[in-house]
Amino acid sequence: MNPAARPLAHIGRMAIALLAALGRVAIFAGTAAGHMLRPPFYPRELGHALLHVGWLSLPVVGLTALFTGGALALQIYAGGARFNAEAVVPQIVAIGMVRELGPVLVGLMIAARVTSSIAAEIATMKVTEQIDALVTLSTHPMKYLVVPRVIAGLLTVPVLVGVGDVIGIFGGYAVAVQNLGFNPAAYLANTVDFLEPRDILSSLAKGCAFGGIATVMGCYFGMNSGRGAQGVGRATKSSVEAAAVLILAANFVLTGVFFSL
Amino acid sequence: MIVMQDVHKRFGPNRVLRGMSLEIARGSSMVIIGGSGTGKSVALKCVLGLIRPDAGRILVDGQDIRTGDRDAFLARFGMLFQGAALFDSLSVWQNVAFRLLRGSLKRPVDEARAIAIEKLRRVGLKPEVADRFPSELSGGMQKRVGLARAIAAEPEIIFFDEPTTGLDPIMAGVINDLIREIVVEMGATAMTITHDMSSVRAIADRVAMLHDGVIQWTGPVAGMDAADDPYLSQFINGRADGPIEAVR
Ligand SMILES: Nc1ncnc2c1ncn2[C@@H]1O[C@H](COP(=O)(O)OP(=O)(O)OP(=O)(O)O)[C@@H](O)[C@H]1O
Ligand SMILES: [Mg+2]
Repeated sequence: MNPAARPLAHIGRMAIALLAALGRVAIFAGTAAGHMLRPPFYPRELGHALLHVGWLSLPVVGLTALFTGGALALQIYAGGARFNAEAVVPQIVAIGMVRELGPVLVGLMIAARVTSSIAAEIATMKVTEQIDALVTLSTHPMKYLVVPRVIAGLLTVPVLVGVGDVIGIFGGYAVAVQNLGFNPAAYLANTVDFLEPRDILSSLAKGCAFGGIATVMGCYFGMNSGRGAQGVGRATKSSVEAAAVLILAANFVLTGVFFSL
Repeated sequence: MIVMQDVHKRFGPNRVLRGMSLEIARGSSMVIIGGSGTGKSVALKCVLGLIRPDAGRILVDGQDIRTGDRDAFLARFGMLFQGAALFDSLSVWQNVAFRLLRGSLKRPVDEARAIAIEKLRRVGLKPEVADRFPSELSGGMQKRVGLARAIAAEPEIIFFDEPTTGLDPIMAGVINDLIREIVVEMGATAMTITHDMSSVRAIADRVAMLHDGVIQWTGPVAGMDAADDPYLSQFINGRADGPIEAVR
């Protein structure tokens, strides 16, 4: 091969490998979706997944949103002061949290908390032959392990995003009222008046998409884990990386879809 | 009746099965022996369809395992994994009764629990163990829970991957008797992997020795000592020198 073409060939190979991986993930997600609709269903597993993905993520999501909302209010106030626009704090905090930071930060926290734990758990099950054991006990791993977790992601992450939005706005409100001298009633009125249904809808839709991405990636890398402790480690790391990058990419696409039309 | 015909399986450069052929008659007990890493566990997993062979055919009662209803096929099997493979998120009795708590064999919870406790008793575990979690048990206890799980739904065909490793001699004797009992009383077909020669003599109707990816010798257990196969005789007598290289 022409030496000059070698880097190109390398880039080409990487691109093909990336596309192949995306294809495998898409097939995996499609298979999972197919299993979602066909019995048997495992309600107990679903309950467990709802608890772990949703309820137990509340503290970390709440704290993330609270601090971010507070910091956002301070930033906007300081930035706005440069051109006498301090009064826009409630509006920008609301927009910033609901449209962008709420879903993205919750999505990333879920990638850190849920994707990693799903990947590590399923990978360990694979390495210790528990997945094989499930099959021999006439239980489809896709239905028993993957479907409940993905459904939990699709259902609870939008709710978490909603909660995060509210807490984030409250964080901004608390800082604005306590430290920046805003009138509480006026702040809330401004926030409520300013937000449109489309903002909230986009926030929840993003949450749903990110929940799906986070759980599917955890399951995919777990089910395809290599052997041994190293395999589990690698699966966990890759799942979080992939989930985080895909969440940010999906955020970009969805923002385009919702707000440039 | 289980038939393996010229089964091949490789993992990358590692050619594990190189044309393994074996027949196991219905209601009989076959024991597979062979050196560590020769592919005994892989062979069992091929029959169950957990590993797809690269070439060759596997028939159960005349039907190719790749065709037909997979659920119905698996419902006939019980499998004890070498590492027990217990579900660590479930308690011991829920592991044992896994099959009885969902799917086509579903029973009321009380009944499933009672069956689980009875199976635990048969592998020498007390009812107190039922509510513990697998991670709280010793290796040998986990193995026995795995055994209880394999036999819980009274399958027609049972695979045991090293059922007595990690057990004390008395408990190993109990498990050997249990396996023999399952074959004789329940008429099950059993395929057992073991390194323990006293187990072989206690459990087997027939013995097959896997070496270099093929069945090196097979025959009735009574003919094992008289056989003049150098590989077999080195193996059963545990000699370091012979045709099987000790350093592989
Ligand atoms: N999933 C797998 N991927 C890659 N290699 C594998 C896999 N499963 C087994 N092997 C390899 O196949 C060979 C046979 O493994 P197997 O577990 O069947 O051995 P075994 O005969 O059961 O040995 P032991 O008596 O020690 O349990 C080994 O070299 C192992 O490394
Ligand atoms: Mg083995």
